[in-house]
Amino acid sequence: MSNQKEFRVLSPTAILGYGFPESSFKKGIERKPHLIAVDAGSTDPGPFYLGAGKPFTDRAFVKRDLRYMIKAGVAKNIPVVVGTAGGSGASVHLEWCRQIVLEIAQEEKLSFKMGVIPADVEKQRVKQALAEGKISPLACVHELTESMVDETTYLVAQIGTEPVADALEAGCQVVLAGRCYDPAVFAALPIMKGYDPGLALHMGKILECAAIAATPGSGADCALGTLTEDSFILEALSPKRKFTCESAAAHTLYEKSDPYHLPGPGGMIDLEKCSFSDLGDGRVEVKGSRFVADETYRIKLEGARPIGFRSISIAGTRDPIMIANIDTIIDEVRQQLGEMAQENDQAQGLFFHVYGKNGVMGPLEPQKETGSHELCIIIEALCPTQAQADTLCSVARSTLLHYGYEGRISTAGNLAFPFSPSDIGMGKVYEFSLYHLLETGDEKLFQVRVEELVNGELVKES
Amino acid sequence: MKKSILEAAKVIRSKNAGPFELTFDIIFKNAEYFELFKSRQIINEEKMAELLQIKREDIIGIVWFAPANAVKITIKRPMPSGAPGETDIYGAQQHAPLLKIEF
Repeated sequence: MSNQKEFRVLSPTAILGYGFPESSFKKGIERKPHLIAVDAGSTDPGPFYLGAGKPFTDRAFVKRDLRYMIKAGVAKNIPVVVGTAGGSGASVHLEWCRQIVLEIAQEEKLSFKMGVIPADVEKQRVKQALAEGKISPLACVHELTESMVDETTYLVAQIGTEPVADALEAGCQVVLAGRCYDPAVFAALPIMKGYDPGLALHMGKILECAAIAATPGSGADCALGTLTEDSFILEALSPKRKFTCESAAAHTLYEKSDPYHLPGPGGMIDLEKCSFSDLGDGRVEVKGSRFVADETYRIKLEGARPIGFRSISIAGTRDPIMIANIDTIIDEVRQQLGEMAQENDQAQGLFFHVYGKNGVMGPLEPQKETGSHELCIIIEALCPTQAQADTLCSVARSTLLHYGYEGRISTAGNLAFPFSPSDIGMGKVYEFSLYHLLETGDEKLFQVRVEELVNGELVKES
Repeated sequence: MKKSILEAAKVIRSKNAGPFELTFDIIFKNAEYFELFKSRQIINEEKMAELLQIKREDIIGIVWFAPANAVKITIKRPMPSGAPGETDIYGAQQHAPLLKIEF
């Protein structure tokens, strides 16, 4: 067991770039944390950000958050670990985040060692694994094919604690990891120091959302986790919030399919014997979380591939006759477009999002009749090229605008457009092509690149 | 007389559990309501399939989680997050049908 009696981890914010109050962060630093860690990404914003290699957080705010973390970390010799850099964690996102760190180092004249861990996986490696039967889809996911791998623009793995530990072993003050299992950035260092992996990972699972797991929850406020030999303690750092047994336990449910068994790289956190107890003062102690290693080491692969281009048009209607017959009108417009289009299948990429009726739930909306006096209609065209999408969107818009539906008395136009131009080209559209497990066994797939900064200047790479 | 689930629950929410699954959480106000709903199996596969207008085989699991006085219902996402025809990338606004549950 560790020499230290406890290991404190400061989680400043739920996602790097969401921000946090300076007062909470300062209070966290006053508690002398052994680690400052943050999760910088998610698949939640959808496949575009991974597929296009774009961040989903704002650069200025990512820099603002990182400046606090890195300045405090370097000044007080506290390791700073960032997971899923750039939001989706491919090499392009990692480099985006690295450039921000370099800027901060230069502006603040900081000296430190930085570990950079790309989480990309070679397509060839994945195709070989596919041929060897070492790839399996996660629940509800399609079977993978070679062509899906080929069409994938960015292909990453959710790395575990091991590569992060390698960087910390190498003495890195700042660690930037590509796509990373959320709890790993919080758990790698305490596990290295001999703390229980089940507790460390479960604590990481809660801290990765920072104060979201407190009450009232916030994604833009700090949380502190303290690992002991047989438990961990959670507390908020703003007087406005506290952890309660319910808030901590409820967070264990969040975005998971089974709250008792949380799978990750190389194994799962088993919470069947987990207990939460209230220590008072807004602190909650958690015990009994266990890590159960898998027989074969497996990691999750993520990838996205382009599927076409999108154009949209946003409009409203206030006509009660049109509103009462909107489904029929849209069906008839579709039919007319289908007859007009030379390639009929192109019209299949046409969607009408009818807000005020079923825009949020689509065909699963149980309330079939709208009670609204106005509707918002978003026309969406999804086609193989941008020009085709623009054409389909434009023709669908003009057809719906002047469609002479049954019973119409408002004959000047069916739609109210808030904007000119009315149509917006949205560019390339992606879908998740990989969400599969890869058996890696003992193979070490991810390497740390160590960089040395002196007074803000990059002096050496190894 | 039947009562609305809003009397018994303080949180009713939906969210992606990864891009291919959608998960619903109902967090009860206290352990008594949790036990009541659990013992009477008011939340069950048949009821969920009917409320959500999905096939029973698309329900991946219903787990009762006592530490949070909560029940979690996980289903196959109607389509993968961001697929053509998507209406809710994060899956955070698909909970409304559960507000109709009575006990």
